[in-house]
Amino acid sequence: MRDLPLLSAEQMASFVARGFLRFDGVVPNEINQQFMGAIGEIAPAIPGQKLRRTYGEILARADIPQVAAGTPLSGTYPQGSAIERLLNLPLVAGAIRSLVGEAPVFDHHFLHVTFPPAYHEGGESVSQHTHQDSTIDPRQAFDLQIMYYPHKVTRPMGGTRFVPGTHLRKVSEVALGRYQNIRGQQHMVCEAGTLLFLHSGIWHGGGVNLSDETRTMFKVRINPSKTQVRQFDLETLKPQTEQRPIFYLKGPLPPSVEQTLMTPEPWFEQDTGRLEFVNRIQLWRYLTDDPTYDADYWMTRLENSPSMA
Amino acid sequence: MQRQKVLVLYLANSALDSPVVAWAVYDGTGETRPMAGDQDEPPYATGVAALKAGWRLFQAAQILPHNRGQEFELSYLKYEFFFEQLVEMDA
Repeated sequence: MRDLPLLSAEQMASFVARGFLRFDGVVPNEINQQFMGAIGEIAPAIPGQKLRRTYGEILARADIPQVAAGTPLSGTYPQGSAIERLLNLPLVAGAIRSLVGEAPVFDHHFLHVTFPPAYHEGGESVSQHTHQDSTIDPRQAFDLQIMYYPHKVTRPMGGTRFVPGTHLRKVSEVALGRYQNIRGQQHMVCEAGTLLFLHSGIWHGGGVNLSDETRTMFKVRINPSKTQVRQFDLETLKPQTEQRPIFYLKGPLPPSVEQTLMTPEPWFEQDTGRLEFVNRIQLWRYLTDDPTYDADYWMTRLENSPSMA
Repeated sequence: MQRQKVLVLYLANSALDSPVVAWAVYDGTGETRPMAGDQDEPPYATGVAALKAGWRLFQAAQILPHNRGQEFELSYLKYEFFFEQLVEMDA
C-alpha cells in the first residue's frame, strides 16, 4: 500500500472544488477488450422487441457478477476479471485509497448501455434527465463513483453529461430534472479506457445516443468504511502560514490549493457561489482534519465572535 | 388553435437583467424536442434579452429568507424565471 501513487493535494483540492477527476485512456486496451468480451455481442435492433427486454438479455448474459451491496470491494470481482484488474491498476487503487480510504466497500455497480435510435421503435430516443444519484445525502462524507468507458465515445454517441461543482448541493435525485442545460456542463467524449472519478453528489445524466453504435459505460459505487481523512499524499500538502490577499490584487496569484478551491464554475449564482466556497472549505477541513483551515478569509470572518466583555 | 412554448431561465441573481446560468425549453407545438444536454450555450444572455426576443414572463421565483441554522445549505437553483410564447397553429 505504501507504494501506491496517492492523489496529490492539488488533485484532492480539484476534487473538492469540482467533484470529479478525469483520467483519459489510462486503462490498457487489453483490459478494455477483455471487458467488452465479458459483455458479449449486443444483438442488432429487433423490430417489435421492447428495449427493456434487449437490455435485460444483455445484463443476464454479461460475465459480470451479481454482488450483494456491502461486500468488501477487495472481494467483489473474481481475480483476473477485467474489473478486478482495472481496480488494481496503481493509478486506480491509489485514487480509491486517497478518496475513500482503506478497506472500501462495494455499494453497487451497473452496466449502462445507451442504444442508437434504431432500438427505440415506438418510443423516444432522448437523453436522461439530469439528477443526483441515490437520495438526499446530508453527510460531509461522500461515496466515490467510478465511471469506466471501455470504448471510444464520440459526441454523436452522447456520453455521460455532468456539471462540475454541483456535488455539494443537497437535492433529491431527479427533482432537478427541469434543468435541461447548465453552463459549464461537460460531455464525456473520450478515448477507450477513460475513467471518471465522481463525488457521489455530482449532477449528471446519460446523453442521447444519435449515432449508429451502442454506447457502454460501467459504473461502480464505492463507500468508505474507515476514514476518508488524510488519505492522500500528505507530502504534497503545504502548511498554510497566512491568508492570501483578497479582492484588491495587483495581479494574478500563483497556483495553490486556495486558488483551486476559490475558482468558481460558470453556472455559479453570484450570491450562492460564495456559499459554494464556504462549503468547499468545510469539505477541505474534513479531508485534511484541519478545523482552522480557511481560504480567502470566508470562514475566519464568519467565525469571528469577539467577546462582549 | 394556439400552443404554448415555455422557456425557463435560471439567472445569476434575482435581477432580470443578470446573466443566464441554466435554461430549459419545452415546446408544446411538437415541432422541436428540446432535451437535457442539447445546448452548451444559453439561448439568451439575460432574462431581459429573452423579453426583447418576444418571450412573455409569467412567473418568477420568490426571494426567500434563509432558515436559521441552514444558511449554508445549497440545493436547487434560486433565480428561476418562466417565459412563454403562444404559437398559432393550424387546427
